[in-house]
Amino acid sequence: FSPVGKMFRPVVRLSTSGVRSLTRTRPCYSAPLASRCYSHAKVETDEEFDARWVTYFSKPDIDAWELKKGMNTLIGYDLVPEPKILDSALRACRRLNDLASAIRILEAVKDKSGPHKDIYPYLIQELQPTLIELGISTPEDLGMDIL
Amino acid sequence: MLFSFRMLATRALSLVGKRAISTSICLRGGHGVAKVDDYALPAYFDRRENPLPDVQFVTELSAVQKSLKEKEKGSWATLSNEEKIALYRISFKQSFAEMNEGTKEWKSVIAGMFFFIGMTGLVVLWQRKFVYGPVPPTFESEWKEKEVQRMLDMRINPVEGFSAKWDYENKEWKK
Repeated sequence: FSPVGKMFRPVVRLSTSGVRSLTRTRPCYSAPLASRCYSHAKVETDEEFDARWVTYFSKPDIDAWELKKGMNTLIGYDLVPEPKILDSALRACRRLNDLASAIRILEAVKDKSGPHKDIYPYLIQELQPTLIELGISTPEDLGMDIL
Repeated sequence: MLFSFRMLATRALSLVGKRAISTSICLRGGHGVAKVDDYALPAYFDRRENPLPDVQFVTELSAVQKSLKEKEKGSWATLSNEEKIALYRISFKQSFAEMNEGTKEWKSVIAGMFFFIGMTGLVVLWQRKFVYGPVPPTFESEWKEKEVQRMLDMRINPVEGFSAKWDYENKEWKK
């Protein structure tokens, strides 16, 4: 009776104020329920990424620091670079007269492939014309992949 | 004008070593050149995530190495395998295979573990003999027999537990 009524009244008051605060603090604009609040920044496609890196290594007067910086950054990413990027990087090594770095790059991408043992042979297969043209030996040719 | 103060200082420093000097040399006030400590210069290190370190591994090249570096400027196809390996070793200390080689440290770790577990076991045995007093009389088998009998007489857990497993007719445990 009256105590029960008294009990329910504050509960009802709380719930109405609660509903109001919910609508106030909802951050998104009123849109269909399925939309999410993702950033509207443009996502770079794989092709754009590849093109950017090919261009980076293709700089005719690239210097040793830029090659190192580029390669170390590229290896830092969670991916194995495409053969065309590596081709560009190997040609940059040639312009810098740095065979050691070229071999190191090949070692690095093999290491980057991790447990996926089929990536490296594919890369070598794709890079074969470049390797022959520039005279770069693979680490396997030199026996450097084993201890 | 041709030989500015700055150029003289850099030439002097280039005689000290072939390391890349990244710090700019401030010559204001005629204080001279700041001493560049070894630890402040770029260092060489072999790491998987940094395949091309900031400096070459070998800083002072021998005559053979210098001539090899000159040959490197030409076609690489003319280089023999040994020469290519030599060029690699000038720039880098360890190959990826060598860098990633595991150590045998785990054997030491397991051996250490067993050793210390064994030591602990000896300590526990010693403790049992020399530290702990006698066990209470309630652990003696005579006492335990009387205890069990008392529990059965009291019909402890007669439905599914203790006494339920005792066959009161044949005075033995149920099979």
